[in-house]
Amino acid sequence: MKPPLFRYEAPRTLKEAVGILASDPDAVVLAGGQSLVPAMNFRAANPSMLVDIQHVDGLKGVTLRNGEIIIRAMTRHRELELDPDVRRVNPLIEETMRHVAHIPIRNRGTVVGSLCHADPSAEMPLLFVLLDGTLVAEGPKEIRQIPAREFFHSFLTTTRKQDEIVVEARLPALPPGAGWAFDEVTRRHGDYAIVAVGCVLEIDAAGHAKGVRLAACGVADRPVRLSKAEAALNGTLLTEAALDDAARVSMEVITQTDDMNISASYRRRVLGALIRRTIRAASHRAINRARQ
Amino acid sequence: MSTRTFGARVERNIDPKLLRGEGAFVDDIPLTSALHAAFLRSPVARARIREINTTAAEAYPGVAAVYTCDDIGTLDMAMPLLIPHPSMKNPKTQRPLARGEVYYVGQTIAFVVAVDRYTAEDAAALIHVEYEALPVEMDLKAALEGGAPRVHSDVPNNLAAHFIQVSGEPDAAFARAEHVTRIEVQVDRSTAAPMECRAVAARWDAVSGELTVWDGTQAPISVRGGLASIFNLDEDKVRVIAPDVGGGFGQKVLLFYPDELLVPMAAMRIGRPVKYIEDRRENFIGSSQERTQIHTIELAALKSGEVIGLRDSFLHDTGAFIPYGIAVAQVASTSIAGPYRIPNIWVEFKAIYTPTVQVTPYRGCGRPQACFAIERAMDQLAEELNIDRVEIRRRNFISEKEFPYPREGLLFADGLKVTLDSGQYGRALGMAVAELNGPKFQAEKETARANGKYLGFGLACYVEGTGLGPYEGGHIRIHPITGKVYVNTGLSSQGQGHDTVFAQIVADQIGVPPEDVIVVEGDTKAFDWGVATFASRAAVVSGNAVHKAAVTVRTKVLEAAANMLETDIDDVELHDSAAWIKGSNRFVPLAAIATASNPLRYAFNEAAQAATQFAPASKHDGPPLADGQAPGMEATEYYSPPASTWAYGVHAAIVEVDPELCTVKIRKYVCIHDCGNMINPMIVEGQVFGGIAQGIGGALYEKLEYEPDGNLANASLMDFLVPYATEIPPVSILHLETPSPLNPLGVKGVGEAGCIAVGAVVASGVEDALRPLGPIKFRHVPLTPRMISEALEAVGQ
Amino acid sequence: MKRQIKHLIPDCSEDPKVEVALTVNGQAVRRTVSVRMLLSDFLRHELGLTGTHVGCEHGVCGCCTVHIDGKAGRSCLTLAVQANGCKVRTIEDVAISDKALHPIQQAFKECHALQCGFCTPGMVMNILSRFEEKAPLDLSEEGIRDMLSGNLCRCTGYINIIAAVRRAAELLGR
Repeated sequence: MKPPLFRYEAPRTLKEAVGILASDPDAVVLAGGQSLVPAMNFRAANPSMLVDIQHVDGLKGVTLRNGEIIIRAMTRHRELELDPDVRRVNPLIEETMRHVAHIPIRNRGTVVGSLCHADPSAEMPLLFVLLDGTLVAEGPKEIRQIPAREFFHSFLTTTRKQDEIVVEARLPALPPGAGWAFDEVTRRHGDYAIVAVGCVLEIDAAGHAKGVRLAACGVADRPVRLSKAEAALNGTLLTEAALDDAARVSMEVITQTDDMNISASYRRRVLGALIRRTIRAASHRAINRARQ
Repeated sequence: MSTRTFGARVERNIDPKLLRGEGAFVDDIPLTSALHAAFLRSPVARARIREINTTAAEAYPGVAAVYTCDDIGTLDMAMPLLIPHPSMKNPKTQRPLARGEVYYVGQTIAFVVAVDRYTAEDAAALIHVEYEALPVEMDLKAALEGGAPRVHSDVPNNLAAHFIQVSGEPDAAFARAEHVTRIEVQVDRSTAAPMECRAVAARWDAVSGELTVWDGTQAPISVRGGLASIFNLDEDKVRVIAPDVGGGFGQKVLLFYPDELLVPMAAMRIGRPVKYIEDRRENFIGSSQERTQIHTIELAALKSGEVIGLRDSFLHDTGAFIPYGIAVAQVASTSIAGPYRIPNIWVEFKAIYTPTVQVTPYRGCGRPQACFAIERAMDQLAEELNIDRVEIRRRNFISEKEFPYPREGLLFADGLKVTLDSGQYGRALGMAVAELNGPKFQAEKETARANGKYLGFGLACYVEGTGLGPYEGGHIRIHPITGKVYVNTGLSSQGQGHDTVFAQIVADQIGVPPEDVIVVEGDTKAFDWGVATFASRAAVVSGNAVHKAAVTVRTKVLEAAANMLETDIDDVELHDSAAWIKGSNRFVPLAAIATASNPLRYAFNEAAQAATQFAPASKHDGPPLADGQAPGMEATEYYSPPASTWAYGVHAAIVEVDPELCTVKIRKYVCIHDCGNMINPMIVEGQVFGGIAQGIGGALYEKLEYEPDGNLANASLMDFLVPYATEIPPVSILHLETPSPLNPLGVKGVGEAGCIAVGAVVASGVEDALRPLGPIKFRHVPLTPRMISEALEAVGQ
Repeated sequence: MKRQIKHLIPDCSEDPKVEVALTVNGQAVRRTVSVRMLLSDFLRHELGLTGTHVGCEHGVCGCCTVHIDGKAGRSCLTLAVQANGCKVRTIEDVAISDKALHPIQQAFKECHALQCGFCTPGMVMNILSRFEEKAPLDLSEEGIRDMLSGNLCRCTGYINIIAAVRRAAELLGR
């Protein structure tokens, strides 16, 4: 399983990188390689050229700026996961990232790379859709800010243009007092999710839910916000009946076709269970935080 | 006095080398100017090959040669049928390169040799093949029907073999039964998935006319014999070396794989060494698989729970070819009654061709399937008769005083009548139950229920025929310079620690520390009489052969030492690498004895000179070497087992089921097992742990998914779910040692033990857990979340 | 067999080449290799460090795990050219000396945590990397299993490897 031949460039500046990409419609960006290289080893991916951006100036690091977490293109998963400031302002990120493959993959793979790969069962795209993150894409002519909800188009397909490089991804800090939770079902630890659900919510002084965010992956060709469930939960006391409602109205988002091992009815069962569990866990945390 | 090492938890001699990364697996061996091979493999399951065009591939820069079936001369043949049997009417084996038709996705069509593997893969992709697709039938039952597409045009109903074995009078037993239970069970296909894929390298020495082959095989001697025969070379001119091998589990005992013939052929034709290193995708679509069986099993019982008869009819999927004969199905047949008396047995199997990778033994070799069938049936019988499932087993166990317990009419894989020789089945069962199924378990059940989880107790018993013949040998020589003891046998190791286990046997006899016993095996130049490592036989067969040789050498050493120390042989003892006069400080080192026993003219070193300080090693009149005497401290002995010796065990587990997510977590797993005397309990445990992990794989995770068109959908480790550490629970092993009465060391095999009972344990545990939710049965492994979900839906949950 | 005229076969492929300069086990290394050569093949065949093994070439089994700039990474998912300027460490660099094993290796030996040895170098490199990380070590049953997930072993069933990690922590005072 050796990769096919390709041309290789290792530009030092973003301008160079973008220019090289633009010059060849079959050129692709190489960042961490944890999704691209196995595909090439299987000869399922056959790019004419790899544009290796690891030596491009200014693409490393995680910073906090104005309540936003800025992740640059070459930031490895593990850097984001272990960053103490990030954990402080948004603990959901670390909790989610523990489910991303295994640590050696997280040491090399990049957050932005995972977003651009857009596997519908991947955790990072789910996180960005849940939190309304933003991606910044730089092309030969312009820099675009793309909301996460518009970025993921379908199975392994994003709205990034072929000659654009996503240089940065941004996530918000969680609102003060918010509860958060992430849960997923896999066959083995570290596998892609069969279904995964993320939840953020706040509880007001009277105990009502507000600002509920709920999203799932593994259910369609891209991560989906469970907006009907969110609407159903906001303002309620998060009773079991409210949770059941939220689960019920979410079933329609399942468009993922059956495979030999996962049927639609199993996916529905799991989605419902994970919705309930993440809401319960998030509300428990929210209440705790409010009490502190 | 040194401590006895037989039975001790001795650390392995081989470990430092492997830990430092200094192992020499086939691809680690540097071969100057080696070329590298790749295959073109069929992308379709069944097709006629209309045309093959290799022009572009041959012209690709860096390519040395491209071969199809037309280019390989006499190698273009159906490869050997290893174990003929009359139940196979028209047995089919594959050719090294397909001729005319392909029979499964992955079958080898062309062989490319190039400067490196990257280039070889490029060139293989340039080979143009025109296929005319043929219809396929993937379902085992449907494949048997008259109108089903045939895998082989001259094999009607895809029936590769049909065999019935009868013990006692099963018809009469069923006629007088007070109750009959009948269930159908299924085990799905899996694969050994060793961490090192297969690998073959060959070098032809044109000057000496010698062919050297490095092969990650479990059967170097058998491979050597086959190669010599096929290439028409004297056996002495063919050397096969199994170097360090990264796991075998049965997959690497089959010969021949196409590369095992094509790589030597290419090396000989091109005149440069050739390497073929199978990649993981190829391992999935080219190397043997196993497990698919569907059993319809009936138990005839009395109301007391005594099972008086058994009928089992099963379908066995043999893949597109049957090179290993009916071994897997035969082993399953002869294990079907487990540890139970059941004096009347009728067992039938039909081996069926399907357009898939061929099926040859994988650890367990049919025993897991048989165990699954009988254990699920016993549980069902217990439920129907309202008898506790532990109790019903106890009532049916062969008791200690009934050994040896023959099953007339059932012939094991060695062609001999099945006879269970020894064991304490009841005691093992009691231990398993005591470990897990007490009042503590009830309390845990309630706590789990409060958290929405269900706990169940899983249980299964197994027996394992081990140590089958025909024979193995052991050769021992004490080295004159260092006094170290060299041991050779005809096996090879893929991680079982032969280097230490055999060293322990010898260490005790010769009185040296195990680290000073150097075991060299897996090389036909070192020792070339023997069969292979498989079927849980190394400790029994090679172990006893090595033991016999050690005893012979020990006698020689004592005799020589007595002469050199000028004392009676009964006054000599061996320890600390020397011979001592009992109760004194007078000793002669082993090295000196070895040197002295070789009457040399020239004293070329200190040891030779030192030897002359003692009396001569040999006390007799006449020439330095007496008639019939050999120089040195050396012996070769063979052991041929009279019959298989039957190991057994009881496994139990607490499983936790989450009915919302339909996931299963094994909380705790316990294994009571008995493999007779244990040479090294640490290594025994390692084998059992490893087997249990593979068993858990088969119980919950591992299934090869063949699509209706014959494509293998999950041909990667991403999608074929070999368990990580997170999927394996804490496991305790409790040992029972009932010595085998059949061999001097009292040992039984244990290599396959761990994996046999796991499927039945997990299925019965999940069934037990979900009992409160309805009459749910699980008779199909691997047991997936989807299956649990559907079962719950069926009872309205 | 009759002697034949020697085949004329090129020494290497016509792949475009790149220069790769990095530090391996503390030593500066500079080679010119095919642009597509995987780091696993570079280490094994170009440098002769065959302790790093190849089990799957799709990043699942962990046999090929090495340290890249101090962090565990899959060498089968890394192009050699991507390692330009990096510090790479392989299993050959782990033992303390010819006579002494590293405590992790010693623990493996004591606990019978290896059988065929094929997954072992990757397993050790992964564990070593975790022990060297600043992040706190979770040495509970679950924590160790989590640490080991990502490395497949088909021989040991993992039980003894878990024991070896605990023993290594003991030997290293963690």
